[in-house]
Amino acid sequence: MLIAASVSSGTIVLVGAVFLASCVETVEALTIVFAVGHTRGWRSAFEGSGVALVVLTALVAAFGPALVHVPLSALRLVVGGVLLIFGMQWLRKSILRATGLKAKHDEDAIYEQTVAELRAAGATSGRDRIAFVMAFKGVFLEGLEVIILVITLGTSAHRLGLAAAAAAVAVILVALGGVIVAKQLSNVPENALKMSVGVLLVTYGTFWTGEGLKVRWPGGDTMLLGLAAIYAVVSWAFVLAMRREASTPMTVTNA
Amino acid sequence: MSDATSVITRLIKGFGRFWWDFLVGDTPELFVAALVIIGVTALLSESGHFNAAAIVVLPVLAVLALATSLVRAVRLSRRK
Repeated sequence: MLIAASVSSGTIVLVGAVFLASCVETVEALTIVFAVGHTRGWRSAFEGSGVALVVLTALVAAFGPALVHVPLSALRLVVGGVLLIFGMQWLRKSILRATGLKAKHDEDAIYEQTVAELRAAGATSGRDRIAFVMAFKGVFLEGLEVIILVITLGTSAHRLGLAAAAAAVAVILVALGGVIVAKQLSNVPENALKMSVGVLLVTYGTFWTGEGLKVRWPGGDTMLLGLAAIYAVVSWAFVLAMRREASTPMTVTNA
Repeated sequence: MSDATSVITRLIKGFGRFWWDFLVGDTPELFVAALVIIGVTALLSESGHFNAAAIVVLPVLAVLALATSLVRAVRLSRRK
């Protein structure tokens, strides 16, 4: 009871946003690594992934501590703006997917496409450069998104350690899940996760843009829950309204 | 020397492209909307008694931006 009372709504939203976003990005990275490993051998897949993780760690070590010295209101304004844009992009995509106007992010299709590309590249003797680059790119780009979210959300909330821990738990859980089922995690309800993350990112984006501009939110951090509820209801209303409208066949894209 | 320069140029280009795709990508309207939201909220929050207006305007503008982007996406998909 006391523990529950001491955990602020800001902490819950922070952990939820970082954890869910990290799950989604890890699923996407693992899909590529599995495709590389199954097609061209696990050695290059692990090497590419490992080097990407080292580069990401170096980036965090180089830029993470510097952010602590940026004035908090300026940091929150910039972070708020970035999260507002990024969150609205996620929300837009997941709403379009939920209404059938955009093809669902199909991990099976991505896996098959990656495998086809790798097979078309042909076999190589010695070190497999193509497999290495493919695994590196997959892990680096998805990992970079996780790191941006962890650093921006964590530093603005003064909870960098907590944000990093939430991301680490998500990455480990998804990676373990992937290893146990030994396939491309196509059963993860990615669109529902993305919509939840989109709601949380727009919530934080709105809140910190306001904080950065000296807006005094009623109830302080508690307003985060109110904003999240508003955006969740609005998103669901958009999905319902657009499903009703979408009676005519639409072009489906897979971006 | 020229090799090092080309590597640095490629890195800078790649860095710029990453942020462009990350923030603008295929939804420039959301990028512009975020700038408008920040501008309008900044103007309102400058005057203390407009704080209440800023609290309402910020999420309302975000919802309007999302709606506009969704309408644009629907129109584009119908045109294809």
